[in-house]
Amino acid sequence: MADNFKFNVDGRELQAKPGTLLIDACRAAGIEVPAFCYYPGLSLQAACRMCLVEIEKTPKLQTACTTPVAEGMIVRTSTPIVVDARRAMLELLLANHPLDCPVCDKGGECELQDMVFRYGAAESRFREEKRHVDEQQWSPVVYYDAPRCILCYRCVRVCGEGMDVWALGVVNRGARSEIAPNHGDHLDCEECGMCIDICPVGALTSGAYRYRARPWEIKYVSTICTHCGDGCKTTLSVRNGKILRGNNRDHSGINGEFLCIKGRYGYDFIENPNRIRTPLIRKDGKLVEASWEQAIQTIAAKWKEILHRRETGTQEAQAFGVIGSNHTTNEENYILQKFARTVLKTNNIDHHRTVDYAALIRAIANAIAKPVGDSAARPASDFLARSKDLSIASAVLVIGGNPTDQHPLLAWNIREGCRLNGTRLYVINSRRIPLARKTFRFLPIAEGGEQNALEFLRGERDAEKRLQGATPGGREVTAEFLNDFRDKLGQEKDLIVLFEAALSGECVAQLVEWGSRLPGRTRFIAQGDYSNSRGAADMGLLPNALPGYASVEDNDARLRFENAWSTTVPAEPGMPLHDMLAAAAQGKLESLYVIGANPLKGWDTAASLGGCFVVVQDLFLTETALVADVVLPAASAYEKSGTVTNTCGELQKLSKGMEVMGTRADLDIFSRLAGALGVTQAPLKSEEVLEEIRKLVSGYGVPLVNIVAGGAELVAPLDGFQPVSATHTANVKSSRDTLFTSGTLGRYSSSLQAVPERTTRTEPDPA
Amino acid sequence: MQFSTQLEEKFHRLAQHYPVKRSALVPMLLFAQDEYGFLSKEIIAEISRRMDLTVLDVEGTISYYSMLRTKPAGRFHLQICTNISCMLRGGDKLFDHAKTKLGIGNGEVTPDGLFSLEEVECIGACAWAPAIQVNYDFHHELTPERLDQLIDEIQRVSRV
Ligand code: SF4
Ligand code: SF4
Ligand code: SF4
Ligand code: FES
Ligand code: FES
Repeated sequence: MADNFKFNVDGRELQAKPGTLLIDACRAAGIEVPAFCYYPGLSLQAACRMCLVEIEKTPKLQTACTTPVAEGMIVRTSTPIVVDARRAMLELLLANHPLDCPVCDKGGECELQDMVFRYGAAESRFREEKRHVDEQQWSPVVYYDAPRCILCYRCVRVCGEGMDVWALGVVNRGARSEIAPNHGDHLDCEECGMCIDICPVGALTSGAYRYRARPWEIKYVSTICTHCGDGCKTTLSVRNGKILRGNNRDHSGINGEFLCIKGRYGYDFIENPNRIRTPLIRKDGKLVEASWEQAIQTIAAKWKEILHRRETGTQEAQAFGVIGSNHTTNEENYILQKFARTVLKTNNIDHHRTVDYAALIRAIANAIAKPVGDSAARPASDFLARSKDLSIASAVLVIGGNPTDQHPLLAWNIREGCRLNGTRLYVINSRRIPLARKTFRFLPIAEGGEQNALEFLRGERDAEKRLQGATPGGREVTAEFLNDFRDKLGQEKDLIVLFEAALSGECVAQLVEWGSRLPGRTRFIAQGDYSNSRGAADMGLLPNALPGYASVEDNDARLRFENAWSTTVPAEPGMPLHDMLAAAAQGKLESLYVIGANPLKGWDTAASLGGCFVVVQDLFLTETALVADVVLPAASAYEKSGTVTNTCGELQKLSKGMEVMGTRADLDIFSRLAGALGVTQAPLKSEEVLEEIRKLVSGYGVPLVNIVAGGAELVAPLDGFQPVSATHTANVKSSRDTLFTSGTLGRYSSSLQAVPERTTRTEPDPA
Repeated sequence: MQFSTQLEEKFHRLAQHYPVKRSALVPMLLFAQDEYGFLSKEIIAEISRRMDLTVLDVEGTISYYSMLRTKPAGRFHLQICTNISCMLRGGDKLFDHAKTKLGIGNGEVTPDGLFSLEEVECIGACAWAPAIQVNYDFHHELTPERLDQLIDEIQRVSRV
């Protein structure tokens, strides 16, 4: 690496790597250089001229945002001429600015206000009439007020370079220049709202928040988005117990500034009028409102009866089935399985599995136990990647799926890697997914051809033959292309592989085995669908595994939990989700307890769960809740604290933003139910549960400092795992949510329902 | 969309000209406009496709340059400069005069399709202000009388 350049700014000797921009060098040294258009990570624009500085031996002022440092350079950032220049720039910006700060959304957190306050002139010499253009609505969530726009082009660049959507542009010239959406008077885009967040002024405003509050009345609550599995941190603006907006303007958390439409606007399901706010009990075939006490007692009475019959040996049917959630917290999932295993005494516990995390963990444990060749055993961190690693890895392989729609943050990071760090992106897909535009190599496959593609990677001749020839999308795959694809991949020394539901069970093992034969480090990300699907699996919402994937059949593992819990755990694996439903339908299950899940959606025998006593705990009257005997209104993730684990395995903390009257957090409901059954469920508080998890669940003993401070820790539940335990055939199925859907929650989010792209965005073309 | 052979050839030559593909955009638009009279939605879509740009990018560029237009112009397009040098030497009076003489306003076309009128910013002929441009021809140091003569002359010639 070349030596640092030495230069002088305001009399201070500084050093920086060749190529460093002067503005970055100054900022790193704590020397303030104001800027509007410069934005780290986006292309240089040099449009605003706020960053002008004086450089010795250069006749005119220079833009620090485009000038790389040079050896011996002498720079001054606050001489009278620089101060004058800044003042003049601001005066020009204000010439046509409406100065409607008292009503502007941005008032109080506006970069233009701050700059004028600090560097601006107190007077304006502009005496003409200001140009006025009416505010425009570009979509249900994006509004544009042209007179406030300072033409910094940040929105244009973040939409194009960051999102790869390119929905914004600049039209006209001079004083008439303004930003325009891609469809004349409206947008056809991903509605992520990144443009709004990045706008330094109040020119782009949010449909959810505009004209609703002043920033200084707001309480900011940092929590984790409850939609997809990526786990973005979102900062909720809460006023008087109402969430007014979500954003991440302090760029903290694993996602930096990124949020997709769901994280930014999709919290609004919480106030949907269809939200259940009182418990419901079935009376004469109808669900009628009841008090919490009545509901809990009804459930307890029935469950006691079932438990009693089981103890006295008079029942034949399986007693209980428990279906947990992909949205509830780790603490809740942990307590739920503990409740199922120790109070209901059953391993019939599962959740909707959207990717095979268990297989990945098992495969990695195997690879660690039996390293390839004579290489030394590698740490788990050599196999698992954090979301941000995608921005810096030298190569990324995406097999199947469509991260842009299903994992917006992962896709954002991948694009960032390609754009800023030269990541080589390999995509294997049956569709021309949006990420295909960024690829180094794209391998088109047939619909459902992911397993075959894996076989090809592993060197199977037949699989290779099946890939050759014309594709549905009209491309030709040749033997040379295939060889080149595999050779190039085979040389990657720092690869991250993303896969989804198409590869599960044995395929995941093969994938990891293939990956560990590559020359360097190969890490994996299993892409599961909902906010805590990884946590659901890690916490043992599985019929064959205790928390940390410890096998229920393994005596030592069971004993460890039995000792800690001072009770026994059934040793026989339980029924997976679909078996439970089938058993219920056949009258072979006495009671089904469903928490934050909707397994009966699309299940045609819904009506025939008749004999089974069904308890549902959820936010809305889902298809499953409609057939329940008792429905308990639960709190959403924005209404409670606890932790969640994203699809990469990053553990993060939720903070309670508000409360919805009548609902209860799932954790509280579990302890009330246990209490009604005569068992004191301990621990009670979320923080105490986390302590127990940290002690008992492998991988979760991570330090809390970062997590408490709003960061994340990567968990790797690997030790204690039985590398050889038989593969449990899991029914793994992706929910195939799009950018604008999100399971049950999405059906009740008015902003997700309102954007037209929800129906007009088409599936990508065949590859 | 397929363009005429001559235009395709011009595009082909342009494509070799610049290290960055999009740099050829403005001349491409001009050539297309010369041939079709204006830049239709179809032409814009086709050019953006060929240049790997979004339609919005191309529209943005067109809206920046007064010489590019998205509506048909007359056979003779009069561009009258009213920028500072020309204004000082009567450019705006010239523009007013043209409006009365032709009976059309800024950006409009005469009913016979012969003339269209446009007020433009500096056309780089300040030394001979006030200046106007008719299609690609410049006319310098004009007075209302000389403008009348010019218009009459065009009408006479185009009638035969
Ligand atoms: S909402 Fe997102 S996709 Fe739409 S214009 Fe703004 S940045 Fe682009
Ligand atoms: S709308 Fe905002 S971000 Fe976009 S150019 Fe204008 S001021 Fe900048
Ligand atoms: S990418 Fe996922 S976690 Fe992030 S804001 Fe969107 S839905 Fe939420
Ligand atoms: S920050 Fe340098 S010109 Fe805008
Ligand atoms: S001002 Fe009219 S040509 Fe320059």
